[in-house]
Amino acid sequence: MKKLINDPADVVDDALRGMAAAHPELRIDSEHRVVFRGDAPVAGKVGLVSGGGSGHEPLHGGFVGLGMLDAACAGEVFTSPVPDQMVAATQGVDAGAGVLHIVKNYTGDVMNFEMAAELVAAESGTEVVSVVTDDDVAVQDSLYTAGRRGVGVTVLVEKLAGAAAEQGRPLAEVAEVARRVNGQGRSMGMALTSCTVPSAGKPTFDLPAGEMELGVGIHGEPGRRRVPVAPAREVAEMLLEPVLADLDFTGGDGVLAFVNGMGGTPLLELYVVYAEVQAALAKAGVTVARSLVGSYMTSLEMAGCSITLLKLDDELIRLWDAPVRTPALRWGV
Amino acid sequence: MATVETDALGAWVREYARAVTEHRDELTELDSAIGDADHGTNMHRGMTAAVAALDASPPADGAALLKTVAMTMISKVGGTSGPLYGTLFLRMSGALDDGSPAAFAAAFRAGVEGVVARGKAELQDKTMVDALLPAADALTEAIGAGQELDTALRAAADAAARGRDSVTPLVARKGRASYLGERSADHVDPGAESAVLLVEAAAATLGRS
Repeated sequence: MKKLINDPADVVDDALRGMAAAHPELRIDSEHRVVFRGDAPVAGKVGLVSGGGSGHEPLHGGFVGLGMLDAACAGEVFTSPVPDQMVAATQGVDAGAGVLHIVKNYTGDVMNFEMAAELVAAESGTEVVSVVTDDDVAVQDSLYTAGRRGVGVTVLVEKLAGAAAEQGRPLAEVAEVARRVNGQGRSMGMALTSCTVPSAGKPTFDLPAGEMELGVGIHGEPGRRRVPVAPAREVAEMLLEPVLADLDFTGGDGVLAFVNGMGGTPLLELYVVYAEVQAALAKAGVTVARSLVGSYMTSLEMAGCSITLLKLDDELIRLWDAPVRTPALRWGV
Repeated sequence: MATVETDALGAWVREYARAVTEHRDELTELDSAIGDADHGTNMHRGMTAAVAALDASPPADGAALLKTVAMTMISKVGGTSGPLYGTLFLRMSGALDDGSPAAFAAAFRAGVEGVVARGKAELQDKTMVDALLPAADALTEAIGAGQELDTALRAAADAAARGRDSVTPLVARKGRASYLGERSADHVDPGAESAVLLVEAAAATLGRS
């Protein structure tokens, strides 16, 4: 294993120390491993809390700031944070208007956030609403699975619900925006390589040369199908096909097309993919109104990408264009 | 008949911490195949912290001991193993009546039922429940039939191992392994494996005094 780390056991704490040093506008509670907006709690504003295993940076800590999250809890690499952290985050952002938990649909994240919400309710009576993201079409949604995973749409939920909260809207409306975004977004990912969890020291799965994994998750958990490596044009089509089959994206106010890098794929290649995505969408009669290209929800050093489509409406377009100032996403300010 | 004293419960917890440390790489290996490659690391971190917490402030009784282990697992581990093992020890702590083998069996069953409720898993979903429920059944049955605690725990550990093996060929229906669909078949479930170690640790320590 070759990594730019000191000790595998210290990766998360060392990275948080670096974030604190690089972003004095944030406040980092190193004991609880929570990244706070420097001005949290913001008077009159609904607080937005998310969190999850580390290894997906910039998600979630990189999305803390004006117009997005108020706090993010960092777990161990690929491991959900614990309830104590979520309680500290929730209490630290509560300005009396209630707190929204944005939770990716993984058994551990859901379970720990549930326990945290129970603890907060018992301790301080803070009103907490949870929205669980589950946009990954690679996973069958049935009674017989843990349900679809929360992937790319989580970034969009944090931006759009964050903008709604920044406008001073009440908790119920902010939660409604978050649920609508999750309901109107779908994603599918692929990997060219595996990734190595620092504490494990070797790749999570083997991916032979010449093969790629379709439907991969963001924890190096293998996907559903292995196929020969193909040109970007075909990869874009393979990823878009199940997304478009799952929800009708034609008509309306167009879509937000999000090509996300998995951590080890250069932006050069992501733009190659984006060109193919745009072309394939045009052929399918889907209009692109907004786009996002970059590595925003990664899986350590995994090479690959995911594609997320979100059906937009007037309101969501306004919320997308609203100012945001975070380490990883900033415009309009 | 042997009783389950506070020291014996402490020995159980320590033996389990030793076992998950010994099998840490193996648990992580199993988790790499069908999960996210952290089960061994997480269980090792949690149980090591639990033993450290017991050393730092020795608990007054068995219930306090189990509660310390529970809160440590919930606070330190994260993922699914933290809340699930935490819930198991927490419910056991709440249900632990006296030191009799029957009380231990009842407490263990309460813990396992807590895991079922928290994880919403059923038998054959291919989770730790497939090892824990048969173990609880075997333990209750053996104690009910008047067997000594060590014999009963041996039966429970064997039942846990059989439960784990019985779901190895199956497709996982809960947790991250369920994302794999058919590809999760013919892999040992890492949660079932760590649950077998827990019951094995009980058989190796409790009822031996």
